Amino acid sequence: MSDKKLIIAGVVIFVALIAFPFWFNMGKAAPAPELKLTEHAKTANDGKCVMPVDYMKAEHMQLLDVWRHSVVRNAERTFVNTSGKEFNMSLSNTCLDCHSNKADFCDRCHNYASVRPYCWDCHIDNPKETE
Amino acid sequence: MEDSRRRFLMLAGISAVGLTAKPVLDAFAAEQKQHPTIGLKKAKDALTAKQWGMVIDTRNFHSADDLEPIIEACHKTHNVPSIENEHHEVKWIWEEHFHNAFPGLAQKYQDERTEHAPFLALCNHCENPPCCRVCPTKATFKRESDGIVLMDFHRCIGCRFCMAACPYGSRSFNFRDPRPFIEETNKSFPTRMKGVVEKCNFCAERLAVGKLPACAEASDGAIVFGDLYDPASEVRELLRTNYTIRRKQGLGTEPAVYYIV
Repeated sequence: MSDKKLIIAGVVIFVALIAFPFWFNMGKAAPAPELKLTEHAKTANDGKCVMPVDYMKAEHMQLLDVWRHSVVRNAERTFVNTSGKEFNMSLSNTCLDCHSNKADFCDRCHNYASVRPYCWDCHIDNPKETE
Repeated sequence: MEDSRRRFLMLAGISAVGLTAKPVLDAFAAEQKQHPTIGLKKAKDALTAKQWGMVIDTRNFHSADDLEPIIEACHKTHNVPSIENEHHEVKWIWEEHFHNAFPGLAQKYQDERTEHAPFLALCNHCENPPCCRVCPTKATFKRESDGIVLMDFHRCIGCRFCMAACPYGSRSFNFRDPRPFIEETNKSFPTRMKGVVEKCNFCAERLAVGKLPACAEASDGAIVFGDLYDPASEVRELLRTNYTIRRKQGLGTEPAVYYIV
C-alpha cells in the first residue's frame, strides 16, 4: 500500500486525460444553425412545405427516400400530401425550386450535424442559376 | 424458500413486462402519428404501356449527319458527357456499322446501302435483360409497369457486371467525374457521378410528363415509339407492314428495338 499516493495521482491524471474532450469543450457548443428561407419559399404554397415543418426537419431524408423509390421503381412521380395538394417528386425541380439557397439552407444544418449527403454529386444544386 | 423464490421471479417478470410494454406501445402510437396518409401516383398526362418499344426506320438515315441531331438531342437532355478519350467514353445512343450492330446478319457480299449506312444503337430494353440478372444490388431492373430497363444510380456500386452481361455494349461506365465534360447542363435532369454505370432510360422522365423520347422527337418520324403489347399501336402497325430485324436476336434477350432495313 506504499504506492497509494502514486496510484491515486495516476488515476486522477488518467481520468482528467480521458475526460479531456468534455472539459475542454465545455460551454463552447456551437449554436444551432439558423436557416434562411428564400422569398419564394416564404410565399409559395402559402409558405408551407410539402409536409409540416417539424416532420420535414426530422424526416426529410426518409421522405426523399420514399420519393426516389416511387419515381424510379414505380414510375409514380406525383406526391399528394396530407392536405391533398400535389407535388412533382423531384429534388432539383421541386425542393430546390423554393430552397434555391442550398448554402444557407441545406448546408448549414448538414455541416452542423456533420453529415455529408452525396445528393449533389448528381442532382444539380441550383437549377435556377443561369450561367 | 423454493416457493417464494419462484414467486419473486414471477413477479419480477410480470413487472418487467408492465414497465416495458407502455413505452413500446407509446412508440407505436407515435409512429402512427408521424406517418400521416400520403399518396403517390402517376401524373395525369403520363404515357403508359405494358412494354415500350421502338421501331427505327434506317432507310431514312444516309450518313452520320442524319444521326447527329438525334444523338445530340438525347445526350443534351440527359447530361451525357462528351469525353474524347474513347476508353472513358459515355454514350446512350450512338452510331454503329451494320456488321457490328447485326453481326449474325452481315453478308459476305453486302448490299451497298446497308454496308455504308449508319445504324443507331441504344439500349434495347430487352424483355429478358441479362444485365438485370447479374446486378448484385438490383440497381438496374426491368420496370414491371412499363418494361423499361432502368437504372437506380443511387444503388449502383460500379461493379460493371451489367456491362459484361449486356451483349449490345449499351452501358457506359463513368471512369471520371462526368460534370466537367458536360458542355451545356440540362438543369432539370441530374448528372451522374464517378463510379456508376449509365445507359439509355427510354426517356422515362419524359414519358412521365406525356412527352415522347427525345430521339423519337428529333428524328422526324424515322423513330417510332410505342407499346409493343398493344396490337393497335403505331409500332405494331409498322411491324406488321415492314420486314424488321433486331440486334443479336438469337441470344434470347428479346430486344424491344426493331430496325426496318
